[in-house]
Amino acid sequence: MSVVRSPLGRARGLGSAKHGVGHFIAQRVTAIALVLLLLWGAVSVVGLAHGDYSTATDWLHSPINAALAVLLAFAAFWHMQLGMRVIIEDYIQKASTKAALLVLNIFVGWLGGALTILAILKVALAPAGVSV
Amino acid sequence: MADAAPGPRPRPISPNIQLDGGVWRWHVTMFASILHRATGMGLYVGALVFMAWALSLAAGPGAYGAFQSLAASILGKIVLIGLTLCVFYHMGNGVRHLAWDSGYGFRPKTADTTAFVAFGFAVVATILLWAAILTTGAAQ
Repeated sequence: MSVVRSPLGRARGLGSAKHGVGHFIAQRVTAIALVLLLLWGAVSVVGLAHGDYSTATDWLHSPINAALAVLLAFAAFWHMQLGMRVIIEDYIQKASTKAALLVLNIFVGWLGGALTILAILKVALAPAGVSV
Repeated sequence: MADAAPGPRPRPISPNIQLDGGVWRWHVTMFASILHRATGMGLYVGALVFMAWALSLAAGPGAYGAFQSLAASILGKIVLIGLTLCVFYHMGNGVRHLAWDSGYGFRPKTADTTAFVAFGFAVVATILLWAAILTTGAAQ
């Protein structure tokens, strides 16, 4: 299978702008990343569940833990936003409602991701032993 | 033509709405697909719980303690165990989707089997994780 486009479309130089699969690929790349990050996250939760505040802040002072926690937040909120986008596109038929929900979904995704990542960084970058 | 039944014949209907005696029937792959979407929507809440954890930690010991006692409450545990099931089901079934995207696993028998594997993985992984969480707590 080469190019699925009519000869006329090809002659006019019309057709794909080569960005059509961006969401598809991002959904799958974040999925692969999330399998690995969530398995690490599950192991980490066991260590944090019964610890107190300083257990968690000490844990985030490790650059490896901080980096992986940031990446987990980034991949999770991106993947979540892409998934909810498909659900909205599938089920909401009224154009204005659909547009409003798509914008809301983008805002929730970016705001939630930004808050989570900045909160992680605030703890990770605070001097050791100091309550943030 | 002459001895056709009186009145118009019933109109043909799409196979997917012939609920009684049609070609449509309930199938495990259908349930697995719906559950993938449902757990994905549940994990929207899960991401917000992750956000609440990070924000409470950044806010200080008091807020983190409040988050922890909420998470340790009965309601908190029920929500978190439910979200754990969502994570592991969505993960297992997501790998199934990645295999399909690569062109593998489309034989009906294979698709049925992998659906049950995804259910089983979700339950077993959730039990193992919560056993680890609860037993390390008892040891302290």
